[in-house]
Amino acid sequence: MNAADFLDVVNATLRLSTPLILAALAGLYSERSGIVDIGLEGKMLAAAFSAAVIAALTGSAWLGLLGGIAASLVMAMIHGYASISLRGNQVVSGVAINFVASGLTAFFGQAWFGEGGRTPQLPMTARFGEIDFPGAQAVADVPVLGLVYSHFISGHNLLVYFAFLAVPATWWVVQRTRFGLRLRAVGENPAAVDTAGISVAWMRYRALMLTGLLCGVAGTYLSIAQSAAFTRDMTAGQGYIALAALIFAKWKPWPVLWTCLLFGFLDALSIRLQGVVVPGIGAVPVQAIQALPYILTMILLAGFIGKAIPPRAGGMPYVKER
Amino acid sequence: MRVKWLAAAAAVLFAGNAYAAEVSPAVIYDIGGKHDKSFNESAFAGEEQFKKDTGIGYHEFEIQNPSQYDQALRNFARRGYQPIIAIGFSQAQALEKVSKEFPKIQFGIVDATVDAPNVRSLVFREEEGSYLVGMLAALKSETGKIGFVGGMDIPLIRKFACGYVQGAKAVNPKIEIFQNMVGTTGDAWNDPVKGGELAKSQLSRGADVIYTAAGASGLGAMQAAADAKKYSIGVDSNQDDLHPGSVLTSMVKHVDTAIYSANMDMKDGKWTGGAKVLGLKENGVGYTSDQYNKDVLTADMKSKADEAKAKIISGEIKVHDYTADNSCPM
Repeated sequence: MNAADFLDVVNATLRLSTPLILAALAGLYSERSGIVDIGLEGKMLAAAFSAAVIAALTGSAWLGLLGGIAASLVMAMIHGYASISLRGNQVVSGVAINFVASGLTAFFGQAWFGEGGRTPQLPMTARFGEIDFPGAQAVADVPVLGLVYSHFISGHNLLVYFAFLAVPATWWVVQRTRFGLRLRAVGENPAAVDTAGISVAWMRYRALMLTGLLCGVAGTYLSIAQSAAFTRDMTAGQGYIALAALIFAKWKPWPVLWTCLLFGFLDALSIRLQGVVVPGIGAVPVQAIQALPYILTMILLAGFIGKAIPPRAGGMPYVKER
Repeated sequence: MRVKWLAAAAAVLFAGNAYAAEVSPAVIYDIGGKHDKSFNESAFAGEEQFKKDTGIGYHEFEIQNPSQYDQALRNFARRGYQPIIAIGFSQAQALEKVSKEFPKIQFGIVDATVDAPNVRSLVFREEEGSYLVGMLAALKSETGKIGFVGGMDIPLIRKFACGYVQGAKAVNPKIEIFQNMVGTTGDAWNDPVKGGELAKSQLSRGADVIYTAAGASGLGAMQAAADAKKYSIGVDSNQDDLHPGSVLTSMVKHVDTAIYSANMDMKDGKWTGGAKVLGLKENGVGYTSDQYNKDVLTADMKSKADEAKAKIISGEIKVHDYTADNSCPM
């Protein structure tokens, strides 16, 4: 691989890890508050569909984003109502969200547009396009710094920047604010929070709203920034990968960033390595290359992360003692 | 329901006609889905045309997962529909089984050969059409680098790729061709995000024309080419109108006319089983030239391609068929 290939892989890594980062951070808020969220996938899918439909109808990417967030929030609130207010099983509710999203998006897509669940292709104006930072072209020839500025920092779409800024923001919210302290407490020991006179249910609902918001942005990214239309089941398991990344990262914001970048990098590498002739072996078969991210994930999971301890109250509905 | 009603009406209408065989066509789409704007949609167009011209409705089923192949075929056969046309090579095994169970029902399959007296196998010489678009790509390319994005990694798709490479190298022997496959399972036909990523990777390596043979995944690749203001080549159906000015041409595979004539043959009592191989000569494959790509496809390019087309038909140019020996000599 030469320098140009390297740049290519780095840029692909940033593009591919963006939805994972957003979804994993979404899961972080929910799980840190004690609500297990299997439904990241479904929320992303609903958001992707809603964003694509609204962007197609209005021609505005921003309205699409709002629509995506709204759809994801509705899903998050259904999950919240089932698991907080009704004290239902959180895993069952999350799985239900995934099925509902997968079925409803395909159904409405077919009913409204008649293209097998696909939405119309969006023009560039109805999408989040790539932003070139001022002076990016001018400094492109400056060694190292200019290269980094013009190739990595400039030239992505808005939602990519949002995802990378969401990491420090999440760290600050979770570790440095009163809300974050209570969020962590409610996931570890809700009874103590309750004793302090803070509503456990309201805390958890607020956490789920943040989950809905971030999943909404992740889904919107998939359908109107990374591509130009919604397709049936377009999340393709990314919600689950994000969940794995979250466990990998032991429910902490910065490690979430690194693990998502790692997953994105492996994916980008598998795309780039296809058909490349390895000296002494010859062209590596497509199958082997595509299995690479999963094999490495297994190795890392088995050997390197150590013990991942989830928030102690995770998965348990809170019942006040009487 | 309307389709059924139409079929019933048609049955009554044609009841008195002694020459017409019982025709009640059915089609089973593959996993890419009926509206993939490509391969399956071409089959859909053929059935629609038949319905429009004859007033005979048809039955259809969209496969959601591979376990449904047998069921769908058996279900249609049990109801006595014929010809039942299975779209896609992946239905071959199921059809081999089911065609034996229903020897009196006539079946058809696209893109595979099933050796049974009651099956008409419709296979295409994709390598010939791909050769022509490969030439066009090489003529259009300014960087001397072009790309190919395939769907599922199977011999059929390698056949597209191999013809493309031969055509491109006939124009420019030093041309560099990047080849990528979306995946190794049926899902590879329906993953536009991955298709787009593969295309972006090829574009950033300098490719300026990308040929897709990837069903709905190809839509992502074509979008990526359009976003980068480069060129793409569509496949199976005419996809020139997707991104006018960016889609150079489409390698059309006339699944529609093959299905239309299968239904017509059945209706006129001229049905025959066996394999039908459709190439440039039979007008089964070709490249498109219409109002959407008139600005990008020059007359000079077209005359070169048409010259090669005549030579392929006359046998002067031999295009290697990848599936004949599972290798590409280029």
